[in-house]
Amino acid sequence: MSEYQTFEHDVLVIGAGGAGLRAAIEASAAGVSVGLVCKSLLGKAHTVMAEGGMAAAMANVDDRDNWKVHFSDTMRGGQYVNNWRMAELHAKEAPDRVRELEAWGAVFDRTKDGKILQRNFGGHRYPRLAHVGDRTGLELIRTLQDHGIHQGIEVYMEVTVIALLKDGERVVGAFAYEREHGRFRIFKAKAVILATGGIGRAYKITSNSWEGTGDGHSLAYDAGAELIDMEFIQFHPTGMVYPPSVRGILVTEGVRGEGGVLKNSEGTRFMFDDIPDNYKDQTADTPEEGWRYTQGDKNARRPPELLTRDHVARCIRREVKAGRGSPHGGVYLDIAWIKEKLPNAAEHIKKKLPSMYHQFKQLADLDITTTPMEVGPTTHYIMGGIRVDGDTQASTLPGLFAAGECAAGINGANRLGGNSLSDLLVFGKRAGEYAAKFALENNFGTFDNAQIEERARWALEAFDRESGENPFAIQNDLQEMMQDLVGIVRVEEEMQQALEGIKDLRERREKISLTGNIDFNPSWHTALDLHNLLNVSEAITLAAIERKESRGGQFRDDFPSKVAEFGKVNFIIKKGAGGQMEIRSERIPEMPEELKQIIEEMG
Amino acid sequence: MAKATFKIWRGNSEGGEFKSYDTEISEGMVVLDAVLQIQGEQAGDLACRWNCKAGKCGSCSAEINGNPKLMCMTRMNTLPVDEPITVEPMKAFPLKKDLVTDVSWNYEVKKRIKKFKPRTPDAPDGTWRMQQTDIDRVQEFRKCIECFLCQDVCHVLRDHHKHEEFIGPRFLVYAAALEMHPLDTENRLKDLKDDGNIGYCNITKCCTKVCPENITITDNAIIPLKERVVDEFYDPITKFLKLFRKK
Ligand SMILES: Cc1cc2nc3c(=O)[nH]c(=O)nc-3n(C[C@H](O)[C@H](O)[C@H](O)COP(=O)(O)OP(=O)(O)OC[C@H]3O[C@@H](n4cnc5c(N)ncnc54)[C@H](O)[C@@H]3O)c2cc1C
Ligand code: SF4
Ligand code: SF4
Ligand code: FES
Repeated sequence: MSEYQTFEHDVLVIGAGGAGLRAAIEASAAGVSVGLVCKSLLGKAHTVMAEGGMAAAMANVDDRDNWKVHFSDTMRGGQYVNNWRMAELHAKEAPDRVRELEAWGAVFDRTKDGKILQRNFGGHRYPRLAHVGDRTGLELIRTLQDHGIHQGIEVYMEVTVIALLKDGERVVGAFAYEREHGRFRIFKAKAVILATGGIGRAYKITSNSWEGTGDGHSLAYDAGAELIDMEFIQFHPTGMVYPPSVRGILVTEGVRGEGGVLKNSEGTRFMFDDIPDNYKDQTADTPEEGWRYTQGDKNARRPPELLTRDHVARCIRREVKAGRGSPHGGVYLDIAWIKEKLPNAAEHIKKKLPSMYHQFKQLADLDITTTPMEVGPTTHYIMGGIRVDGDTQASTLPGLFAAGECAAGINGANRLGGNSLSDLLVFGKRAGEYAAKFALENNFGTFDNAQIEERARWALEAFDRESGENPFAIQNDLQEMMQDLVGIVRVEEEMQQALEGIKDLRERREKISLTGNIDFNPSWHTALDLHNLLNVSEAITLAAIERKESRGGQFRDDFPSKVAEFGKVNFIIKKGAGGQMEIRSERIPEMPEELKQIIEEMG
Repeated sequence: MAKATFKIWRGNSEGGEFKSYDTEISEGMVVLDAVLQIQGEQAGDLACRWNCKAGKCGSCSAEINGNPKLMCMTRMNTLPVDEPITVEPMKAFPLKKDLVTDVSWNYEVKKRIKKFKPRTPDAPDGTWRMQQTDIDRVQEFRKCIECFLCQDVCHVLRDHHKHEEFIGPRFLVYAAALEMHPLDTENRLKDLKDDGNIGYCNITKCCTKVCPENITITDNAIIPLKERVVDEFYDPITKFLKLFRKK
């Protein structure tokens, strides 16, 4: 065997955000031994930043809500290229997953009759987001963490996986290093679950943390698994734009859910100017009606600020391009105005949006209870990811499962806010359950040492070069390029340029040299992460080129409309025999009659 | 644009020293931006932790000019930039490297505290009813981002190194959140007295002053817990009455 320290678990979970934790808890409950690895400390994963809430049709606030409405909202938001089975399971199971959190100690905000309170969010027909002020992600991750530490799960913090180990086609473990001393680790497992989150760090302006480098996408791809829907990136309409150092940090949609409005420099509520046809009859005609909706009037329709994120982001971009933006290249998001409507508005805002109040006060010297914020789009979420089976979360490789943001299907072309946190719970649980089942039915596989030695050599190469490229500079150049060429608005020519650029950056990556030694060395970590960022950037660009239409998170200036034919397919990416990236389209399976009917009924 | 000088602690468990770095300061910058800029341009192996860059994850704790703070929430314009700014790791925990400390002790302490144990559900569908006013206090405690800055300043840990005996303010807040949770049925008072040694806290309130989430650690969590412990174990009259109440 190899000289590296080896650990054995029935199920290995890679990632300790909401999805990974929920999966680990479920697998452990099935009686198998579970290892959980994460790049940061436990409880710090990206999930901790989630603000607005988690969507579940519990009907606590509006009794007209049920899973069918949630299902049809999700499909409409995703423009019908979603994995409808996942959208169905998600809508049906989310309420139980939220209630389960309460049984594990979560303390959600309450309705007057003492139930879990739910708030409005874009694209959801009824108030549906269970929340805790604007720190719902913290509540979710802390609840799972505090419950999970008593379930016999072995946690490996600050350990980064750099390859999946294979026995033929089957995934049988992972190869990793620990950050403190850079020592390699081998994890043998009967089943592996990827729950590594998103890819935001491929872009310059993003709401994501340094961890969002698409590791799971890239690990799965390198191992031969299929990726799907990679062209669909969610640019959240409201990121901070000023001061420069906070550009991209998220301003929760909850601000708009609580009555915040978007205005351009002329003071116009420009969202009323462009309401897509398929949302017209769900959208308020007047500001007055929109306000009543945010205050819980069941007869009012939602204000256009709460249209889907892809649409709101593009409207903001349009205003800025037309010269009607704010001084720092955004538009205004105004919640202070509600003082015209509510007597104790300032207190109300602080209570409902405490971290937003805090964030602007501390980082921008701005009081959101008196002054409008400046906001603009920020790279937020990837709808695409590892292709999985809707029921079991199994990838296309035996023994490999995926859940959470790194898995794909439920969101189609655009994710509704709040659907991610519930997705983590619903499919984290399912992944844990089915991975445990797989582990009980299979033995440990074997792998040859060559796989490991090759990867170890690859990982350490850069230390041998005397002088060369700085990994941070390459990362920066990649981020700027993706932002400029494969951003919110895309055209073929620019994306071809990006593919060339990625090739160059790959070559530069081969020339990286590093300062210092292998102990907790961020430049080394960045050099390794770069490989993943380049893989996902290429996948995004390839898929965005192939989808010659505009739909959800993909907007093509050269093909600005939706094309019915493209509504019937997903794009799938896989590593070819020669190591090159290959893409093909596949027809979306026919939806069962009963689901079709639901969509028709819900209009 | 202005330049600022940073003196950043570089070293590991065997020792280290302050190293000086000059870097450009732009508008709105926070200390974490400067540290990452230095890392990107001059010192690629400078170790530090961060995730959210928005005060939400509690990763970037450090001592800035001697004050325990989140680097991502400390704006440069709140510091005197005409003098060198010192950035060093938390002192109450062993150093791993540069600004990164070994906080694993905190994770072990938490594991020792008895977990949440809810009463049987109130409604037939397995759910509970709670009033907002009954959970406001618990929600305050649950804002904790586990930055461990309160642990860092508490003299019982920082100066007297009672890590074996005292669980520190963070876990008194954690215990308070459980004890005051309207649904919880567990009793942790004996553990708090004997294993957590809540008695070691002499209410200096240093923890409350540094909490970036503005949790009133001492007044709202520790003092009420201390009172409960006293009621349970030291006050003969209450103890006597309790004998009857239990029946
Ligand atoms: C600011 C913000 C606000 C948001 N608000 C909401 C909201 O209100 N509602 C909503 O539904 N969604 C929201 N989202 C989206 C949602 O938070 C994320 O999609 C979700 O948290 C992702 O969870 P996850 O479990 O898939 O992954 P993450 O939470 O990103 O966790 C990934 C884990 O994988 C680990 N990891 C990654 N790579 C490796 C590797 N190579 N080796 C080992 N470990 C690895 C990481 O360390 C981490 O533990 C928000 C996102 C942001 C950024
Ligand atoms: S109040 Fe108690 S817990 Fe807080 S710092 Fe002082 S001694 Fe420590
Ligand atoms: S109580 Fe405050 S200071 Fe202590 S760990 Fe939590 S957030 Fe940090
Ligand atoms: S980086 Fe998250 S609190 Fe500072």
